[in-house]
Amino acid sequence: MAERKVCLSGSGLTKIYGFGRTRTVAVDHVDFNFYEGEVISIVGESGSGKTTLAKMLLGLTSTTEGEIYFQGQRRDISTQRKKLEYWKNIQAIFQDPFSSYNIFNKIDAVLLDCINMRGGHGFPRAKKVEMMTEACSFVNLKFEELTNKYPFELSGGQMQRLMIARIFLLMPKILIADEPTSMIDACSRATILDMLMGLRDEIGMTIIFITHDIGLAYYVSDSVYIMEKGKFVEYGTADEVILNPKEPYTKRLINDVPKIYEEWDLSTV
Amino acid sequence: MGKVLLEVRELTTRYITRFGESVYAVDHVSLKVEEGKSLGIAGESGCGKSTLALSLMGYYFAPLHYMSGEIIVDGHNISGMNPDDVRKAILGKEIAYIPQAAMNALNPTQKIIHFVEDVIRAHDPSADKKAIYERACKLFETVGLPPQVLEKYPVELSGGMKQRTVIAVSVLLSPKVLIADEPSSALDVTSQKMVIKMIRQLLHDGLVGSLIFITHELPLLYNVTDDIMVMYAGQIVEKGAAREAVFDPLHPYSKGLMGSIIVPEEGLREVKLTAIPGVPPNLKNPPSGCRFAERCKYVQPECIVNAVGLRSTEGGRVYRCIFSEKELREAYRNG
Ligand SMILES: Nc1ncnc2c1ncn2[C@@H]1O[C@H](COP(=O)(O)OP(=O)(O)O)[C@@H](O)[C@H]1O
Ligand SMILES: Nc1ncnc2c1ncn2[C@@H]1O[C@H](COP(=O)(O)OP(=O)(O)O)[C@@H](O)[C@H]1O
Ligand SMILES: [Mg+2]
Ligand SMILES: [Mg+2]
Repeated sequence: MAERKVCLSGSGLTKIYGFGRTRTVAVDHVDFNFYEGEVISIVGESGSGKTTLAKMLLGLTSTTEGEIYFQGQRRDISTQRKKLEYWKNIQAIFQDPFSSYNIFNKIDAVLLDCINMRGGHGFPRAKKVEMMTEACSFVNLKFEELTNKYPFELSGGQMQRLMIARIFLLMPKILIADEPTSMIDACSRATILDMLMGLRDEIGMTIIFITHDIGLAYYVSDSVYIMEKGKFVEYGTADEVILNPKEPYTKRLINDVPKIYEEWDLSTV
Repeated sequence: MGKVLLEVRELTTRYITRFGESVYAVDHVSLKVEEGKSLGIAGESGCGKSTLALSLMGYYFAPLHYMSGEIIVDGHNISGMNPDDVRKAILGKEIAYIPQAAMNALNPTQKIIHFVEDVIRAHDPSADKKAIYERACKLFETVGLPPQVLEKYPVELSGGMKQRTVIAVSVLLSPKVLIADEPSSALDVTSQKMVIKMIRQLLHDGLVGSLIFITHELPLLYNVTDDIMVMYAGQIVEKGAAREAVFDPLHPYSKGLMGSIIVPEEGLREVKLTAIPGVPPNLKNPPSGCRFAERCKYVQPECIVNAVGLRSTEGGRVYRCIFSEKELREAYRNG
């Protein structure tokens, strides 16, 4: 196995919302090393702090304590310019794709923005169209049918694919996918997963996959981190964590998912 | 064979939108549910599962319209019944329906006991408060819910507790059929398991006569219901025992669905999930041939031209395809 290179790490990372009676420790001193080119899953129940962690990694919310290191350097997003520079490297797909778009922007504008962000302002129109067409065909969408449409005219699955087309154009080093398939059907789920994994192979991206679905985490990831009440309670390779869980919380998550090959034991609740 | 509590024959219903367009959401659906038994309805979103639920209760409020077919609830034919009468005579008592996201639709300013009173008084206007309270307490205890919940407001309950409360309140009148539409989809796995355990107990203890459970999550259905019916674009494409539907699907669409199952069990990582390419047809203008033809790996020229009927196997399974059981199995073996 080639040497694994850390691309994103955190130490003592903490987020506290509110104060006094409304004080919530959403993320509680987590430490991690995420390696380049891997798929890392973060699994936990709702409210365990997954989205808050994602937002800190993305620089969308401040950290209360702790540090984030990107490619070995302390992350610095103290100015707007540095932030934009950082966002060339790290991008996200969220659970509800509809929340991620400016509803007044047509779809070609959404994709055009991505090209511009990567320094394609000056490209001739034909070149831009070619890039957008390629991105759409990567996710099985037809660019000609999308131009002039607004994002809300698409179905949930189409929207999520459009999000992936954006990532195809943006080519970030790291993608954070926060519950990207939880709003879509089981049978479209496989398509979305295939596309994400295809993208990883295509541009060698690291994927941080956030999910409440431990089966999904098992299927897609190299490493799995289990999050309970803001803390990482267990981590390891997917096989270690899912087939040989050590923590009671991990065991419960696994036990409580409906099974088809083994007996699903209802007596535990 | 047990007593048939619900029988639906060739039920066809549609939405008529404000623009006069028709959406053919339920097309010639037949099903039967016997006492003590459960039927699961699977299929991707938009295939007509929720519409079928409303339709088979006779709940025809615009824009939903009854077209043809029969609905027989415990021996009584209710097809063509006025929907207001359905609401009075059928809902809650004969058939209890838990709509999708019901738990988030509870009026936040009312205590749980208030919903209980609503349900009971809808069928017995003279019922007194004390009797209602005692009846609710008894049921809550049976299903493992603390009776204190009755005095709480919806916001004071966690998601899982709220959903179990909604279910308990829905079955106060011991309905012959309980229809649960995606009752656990929004919950964490542990709460989901508690909901499932409770629903199975209701059926097992005879607190509901029979169960129809709707979800697109197959592993869940597999663990809850005796039979599974797979719907595609408003039609039944396959119906049979749960085990067969999951481990030996016949219709190419069911085959695709089963191939997308994800469970945290050994071996999953070696399996390649099958994705079904494409999207379902628009139900405003469904294709005249097989509705799945456009996405089907095994499509033949005649599939596109002619409507495809349901056929039955010797083992009592039903599916909609031009190919025989043997031909399908062979096709699947060859990939
Ligand atoms: N903007 C916010 N203000 C206050 N509390 C928040 C905010 N966002 C999340 N929380 C709280 O932080 C905790 C973790 O939430 P979240 O990160 O969304 O978890 P998850 O994504 O795992 O469901 C929860 O208790 C949630 O209520
Ligand atoms: N009120 C309505 N008016 C018009 N069409 C509707 C209405 N409700 C649902 N539909 C359409 O009917 C079809 C079936 O919907 P539904 O029964 O909700 O499917 P499912 O429950 O399987 O997701 C879909 O094409 C949907 O767009
Ligand atoms: Mg979240
Ligand atoms: Mg529905």
